[in-house]
Amino acid sequence: MRLTYPTSFRIVRVPCSGTVDVKHILRALEKGADGVCVIGCMEGECQYKTGNLRARKRVEQVQRLLNAIGVDGERAQMYNLSSSDGPLFAKYAEDMDERIRKLGPNPMKHKTKPAA
Amino acid sequence: MIVADKKPVEEIIGYVRDCKKVLVLSCNECVTVCEAGGKKEAGMLASALRMYFANQGIADAQVDERTLERQCDQEYLEEIRDIADQYDAIVSVACGVGVQFTAEKYHSIPVFPGVNTCFMGVTEHRGLWTERCQGCGQCILAYTGGICPVARCAKRLFNGPCGGSSNGKCEINKDLDCAWQLIIDRLIAIDRLDLYEKLFDIKDWSTDRAGGPRKVEREDVQI
Ligand code: SF4
Ligand code: SF4
Repeated sequence: MRLTYPTSFRIVRVPCSGTVDVKHILRALEKGADGVCVIGCMEGECQYKTGNLRARKRVEQVQRLLNAIGVDGERAQMYNLSSSDGPLFAKYAEDMDERIRKLGPNPMKHKTKPAA
Repeated sequence: MIVADKKPVEEIIGYVRDCKKVLVLSCNECVTVCEAGGKKEAGMLASALRMYFANQGIADAQVDERTLERQCDQEYLEEIRDIADQYDAIVSVACGVGVQFTAEKYHSIPVFPGVNTCFMGVTEHRGLWTERCQGCGQCILAYTGGICPVARCAKRLFNGPCGGSSNGKCEINKDLDCAWQLIIDRLIAIDRLDLYEKLFDIKDWSTDRAGGPRKVEREDVQI
């Protein structure tokens, strides 16, 4: 299966979406990513039982935090798919790409001073 | 442990919006366990503040994070002695004790609270913390089956239950256990229901907050 998905995507592989913390998502945005999407397995099919459910809650936490500081919370998204579902992955990537293009570039790009 | 809850980030922004250099100071103990003010939460808050400043176009703002083992002990607070002066403000995400002791030790730097300190309690399960003790200064748990009527009875009754107890629940909230039902159940379980019959002297409340701020002074451990 040869599928195309937007070249704007950078993939970071993690063992389970439950390992992705609020801090990781925030850090990516702080460092200039225009958006971050966490893609976990289908709900109810997590190998570690609740990893993807935790991931969703964390993404929601990031969304609330972003809205509170005046940055569009939509820049963080959670998707679920089965690891064998390539076409759906490509669709989600396009969906995310489109969503972020509508929002425009990350307003914080190149502006944050790194932590000491 | 001391249980705290997160403050809304908007409120914290309100404290520090005019500052150029901010230190978010977390604590490795109680507030870490209740996931309100540990290293992780400080990292999240600092990141949010940095993004807030960047988004406002305040490019020279700097927000750093630091975690101390405890903020209620002098020796740990001394760890920031060399760096504290460079900050316009410290946001302490420790409990109110930590916030105050930090403010006391760094007299000329504004120190703001980053959490709402709630009570002394336990983790029932992750994400649920409930109150157990109000530090009344005269513990009576020996007579109440290890269940505290001061902290857990809505009316602080010493001769409960009151008429509002129904099916083991308190009249103020049907999800709240009646402390006196718990006490009686536990006295039965340890075969000490005789304690329920016993009349006790009136409790000395002078050791509670009614007597003003309290202290514990132990000459045996002072050198
Ligand atoms: S400062 Fe507060 S939260 Fe930290 S250890 Fe002391 S009592 Fe616990
Ligand atoms: S009796 Fe007083 S010291 Fe003992 S648990 Fe209750 S409030 Fe705390």
